[in-house]
Amino acid sequence: MTDLSKRSLMKVAALTALAGAALVGCGKKEEPAVPAPAPAAEAPKAEPLKIAFAYVGPVGDGGWTFAHDNARKALEKEFGDKIVTSFVESVPESADAERVLRDMASQGNKLIFGTTFGYMEPMLKVAADFKDVKFEHATGYKTAENMRTYDSRTYEGAYMAGVIAGSMTKSNKLGVVASIPIPEVIRNINSFTLGAQSVNPKIKTSVVWVNGWFDPPKETEAATSLINGGADILFQNTDSSAVLQTAEKMGKRAFGWDSDMTAYGPKAHLGSAVINWAPYYIKATKDALEGTWTTGGVWWGHKEGAIDMVSIAEDVPADVKAKIDTIKAGLKDGSFVIWKGPIAGQDGKEVLAKDAVADDAFLGGIKFYVKGVEGKLPN
Amino acid sequence: MEPTALLIAATLNAGTVLAIAALGLLINEKAGIVNLGAEGMMLCAALAGFATVVHTGSTLLGFVAGMAAGAALSAIFGVLVIWLNTNQYATGLALSLFGAGFSAFAGTRFVQEKLPEQVVHAIPVLADIPFLGNALFRHHPMVYACVALTLGLIWFLYRTRAGLVLRSVGESPESAHALGYPVRRIRLMAVMAGGALCGLAGAYVSTVYTPLWVEGMIAGKGWIALALTTFATWRPARVLLGAYLFGGVTMLQFHLQGIGVNLPSQLLTMLPYLATVVVLVLISRNPTWIRVNMPGSIGKPFYPGS
Repeated sequence: MTDLSKRSLMKVAALTALAGAALVGCGKKEEPAVPAPAPAAEAPKAEPLKIAFAYVGPVGDGGWTFAHDNARKALEKEFGDKIVTSFVESVPESADAERVLRDMASQGNKLIFGTTFGYMEPMLKVAADFKDVKFEHATGYKTAENMRTYDSRTYEGAYMAGVIAGSMTKSNKLGVVASIPIPEVIRNINSFTLGAQSVNPKIKTSVVWVNGWFDPPKETEAATSLINGGADILFQNTDSSAVLQTAEKMGKRAFGWDSDMTAYGPKAHLGSAVINWAPYYIKATKDALEGTWTTGGVWWGHKEGAIDMVSIAEDVPADVKAKIDTIKAGLKDGSFVIWKGPIAGQDGKEVLAKDAVADDAFLGGIKFYVKGVEGKLPN
Repeated sequence: MEPTALLIAATLNAGTVLAIAALGLLINEKAGIVNLGAEGMMLCAALAGFATVVHTGSTLLGFVAGMAAGAALSAIFGVLVIWLNTNQYATGLALSLFGAGFSAFAGTRFVQEKLPEQVVHAIPVLADIPFLGNALFRHHPMVYACVALTLGLIWFLYRTRAGLVLRSVGESPESAHALGYPVRRIRLMAVMAGGALCGLAGAYVSTVYTPLWVEGMIAGKGWIALALTTFATWRPARVLLGAYLFGGVTMLQFHLQGIGVNLPSQLLTMLPYLATVVVLVLISRNPTWIRVNMPGSIGKPFYPGS
């Protein structure tokens, strides 16, 4: 019996793999958590939970997608043979996303993570067709009965980067290479600027939009033009390490974003604002495994271990490092709030009154620059 | 003043990539062959160059590897279209798609690699001239080599016997054949020379211009180079000027944002393509420009003895 069932199992597996390869193309990679299938003679085990990840960039981007994939690996370590994970990388934020998500759902994945804002509409559509599959969407704001959102407070990392940049700049001009003008990115530019102003009120921030998440040549050209414009410290909300590498090449300073990027520009690197997705992925998987999964949305920050500022450069003065530690401690116990009034908009008008604390709805809808950011915000 | 100088510098650098590739394609087209595979060749060469520099630490060897990769790929293309008479456009497109896919596949393990530190280039004395120093004299040697290449190509095409033979093969392969010239071999040599230059441009992108490797990093520069040969009505000097124009427009979109010009960034992103259309329209207004300079047999297969 064992022989027969094993063979038919293998057949099914081969067919699935073939179909998967044909449907998804060569970007598909299956990585079973267990090295070999358990022999059928043993006591019947519960079917492992199949979890799929759709990534917007390649796992080797060294930034955003790399951080997600590290969390996926942490997930495998945590749950072992209780789960099987797979991922599809470089899924564009277009009609292709719906096709890939639909494939994932029809291949028996019961928990699906989409790791970019642009998957929101495709995921909603697919979620409506696969009621028994749980969908997790990063950085979005729309939910469904079987689709919820998760995000990390990346602006906390941006603020800490701003504090360091404000202390280290000589030209008082900071540059930001920005991706796509959505509230998340605008919030990060603003938080970076607020952080810098908290230690150095004279700073100005210039922004260059590249209108994409991952386009190293464009990021390089944008970084070059910012440096040419007089910025001596760069910050980016794009996914690759190109900005840091450009700063290294041109003798300026910059930050790592999403992942620790020290290795890409050891001399230019001032610190990395990293996201650790693992705590949330572990929680979500636990919810799905134990049947406690409910829709909703979470937004985790430094407090939950999702955001950190790491590998701060040696030449950053001790008092600045101490300030970062104070901020971290304050974020942890809730005594420090980044978005607390008075905060003025670009035109000088007050957007947040004195001592008013921005709630998540306010933060989620930011469509303005704060004072000190130069240029016009694209609509 | 200083930002303008740096904008000029960035323009020359961006234009160099386009110019080297477009000059290579110009050699192809002067011999009557259109190679739409430029993007794919540049990607493979970018990877070859990057991998070589990672292993050897020598940018020069990286350039050589990139040229070899470009020449090798174009040789395959050349054999297919010159001896087997496959359709040049379809074969070129296939080469482009193949190159993009293959480089992405073969390059996965190089994605996180890092190149050794680059030397800063500056010409002594001249680099210290105000304005001009920053604009013109602090470039990678490739930027100057590209100008020399353009001048050399003008001399070769219009002042040497070999150049005359090359052009005659492109104008009328039948006549060249009747005069006893080995049309196919000459065409293959032209195709490989063009491939090598595309490869050089690709390697320059991955080792100097954006010193890293990610799939698809050429980002359409091969296609712009192809368009450039037509815009330039197959004249080398105009290819160089056209390349600088495109480089300038590309850099300008970021520069304008950086200095805080109140224009939507999406509009600025359109600029290079808008410029493409404008130049096309201007050139098409003068049909003799195209008729006089366009190689007569471009894109057509040649059957000796027919």
